Amino acid sequence: MVTNSSTETTLADKMRTVQFNVDDRPHIVVHAEVCRGCAVQACVYVCPANLFVPLNDGGILFNYEECFECGACYVACNEEGAIEWSYPRGGFGVTFRES
Amino acid sequence: MSEQFDVIVVGAGPAGSAAALVAARAGLKVLLLERGAYPGAKNVSGAAFYGSAILHELIPNWWEQAPVERYVNRRQLAFMSATTSVTVDVRTTRFAEPPYNGFTVLRPKFDRWLAAQAEAAGACLLCATVADDVLREHGRVTGVQVRAEQGAIKANLVIACDGANSFLAKRAGLQREFHQHEVSLGVKEVIGLDEQTINERFQLGGDEGLACEYLGAITEQVRGGAFLYTNRDTLSLGVIGQVSSLVAEKARPYELLERFKQHPSVAPLLRGGTVREYSAHLIPEAGWHMLPKLRTDGMLVAGDAAAFCFAAGLYLEGINYALQSGFAAGEAAVAAHRARDFSAHGLRFYEQRLRERHVTTDFKRYRHAPGFVNNERLQNLYPEILAAGAERLFRVDGRGKKKIVPVALEVLRRFRVSPIQLIRDLWQGGRALGW
Repeated sequence: MVTNSSTETTLADKMRTVQFNVDDRPHIVVHAEVCRGCAVQACVYVCPANLFVPLNDGGILFNYEECFECGACYVACNEEGAIEWSYPRGGFGVTFRES
Repeated sequence: MSEQFDVIVVGAGPAGSAAALVAARAGLKVLLLERGAYPGAKNVSGAAFYGSAILHELIPNWWEQAPVERYVNRRQLAFMSATTSVTVDVRTTRFAEPPYNGFTVLRPKFDRWLAAQAEAAGACLLCATVADDVLREHGRVTGVQVRAEQGAIKANLVIACDGANSFLAKRAGLQREFHQHEVSLGVKEVIGLDEQTINERFQLGGDEGLACEYLGAITEQVRGGAFLYTNRDTLSLGVIGQVSSLVAEKARPYELLERFKQHPSVAPLLRGGTVREYSAHLIPEAGWHMLPKLRTDGMLVAGDAAAFCFAAGLYLEGINYALQSGFAAGEAAVAAHRARDFSAHGLRFYEQRLRERHVTTDFKRYRHAPGFVNNERLQNLYPEILAAGAERLFRVDGRGKKKIVPVALEVLRRFRVSPIQLIRDLWQGGRALGW
């Protein structure tokens, strides 16, 4: 029953529409060794930019560069100390223009 | 910065700019901090703004000078199944008269304009500045710690309007960490479509606008909803999903958004459009149950930082409560300044004004609504039943026509709805929204 719409976009298409002023210092640090003990890995599902990639060894690969700074990963994470969360330096990070 | 301010407002969203404007107008020395490159750079809403009459009180005829998209004179609530939608459509010329009932806005433009009004009133706006923590002396808040070389800025009062993830409210001990079921994630696309196509497709005159909210199968098993708003030459549409529910269903928000766009009732509305911007933001949705402590010595909390976001099924409002609470915080700052008492006791006027401005009273009155709206039957089963019932009622297939009650009973039986459960949900719905 799915009708194809011409506005259909992949996540990569979506992400290309967003402006990021990338800071050279990461504002979020993920401690993959803590993630290895996590069975849920909620961050993988909730991140709207799909920045959390599960690894074969059970850890998580994370890249901060295209982060929306929404905080969903921080709220969803149930492993104490896995995610160190802060905002990027002033003026850096996501910069919405049309939303 | 060695200067001493009367008030530091953190966050130049609607709450912060309203607070700064009110305080600056009364002659207070106000610093308005914003972590984005400009006000609105970090902010995402639907964005339907229903606080026109409130802003009119602050800036008369504000819509004549502000960057608004369209006034909302058509509101829809759509109940969805995978194949069907049943829509309540309210269209009134009464919402097309000043001061209007609501407008669609784009936050990077609107927030920038509102912050400029605070600046014009005398507030000092400093962008690209992150406030990480509050300063404290003898247990009272005396300013903020910013990420810059001379990191401490002092003030008699800090008003935290730093958004849904308010670090300041948490650092000051006013807000706790959130539970996953208390917050939702919204993902949104702004889709470009020319103005004439929007007018024709949504049956709108020049400045008229539509705000439509969707309940039901569009978010599949995830608790949440969706929205579609018309702007001048773009559409804003998005999907909202409770964080705990996204995790439980292992659902990815952007995939839900994509499936919403492909729904047979939605896809034709978007045809020919191009995605201009994708965005995401956290929404504090638990209302009354997650409101923080609103004041302490030297500090107030307002807007999303105070979880003043009203998600009650029929209503999905935040900017209006942000404005109202910012307004109240500004008034409390002025009163405290006059009395030279910025202690929690001196700031008690804030909560009085929040009641008088119908902020906390609304949240208290609707305190059962967020729980009711996130009820799994209301989220999926009942919209499905409504869709099936409507389809059955309007289908002509040579079988005899049944009256409404037998059709309803047939559909309720088909979906195996327990009468006791139904009565219980009706009672809870009544308690949440009815009386």
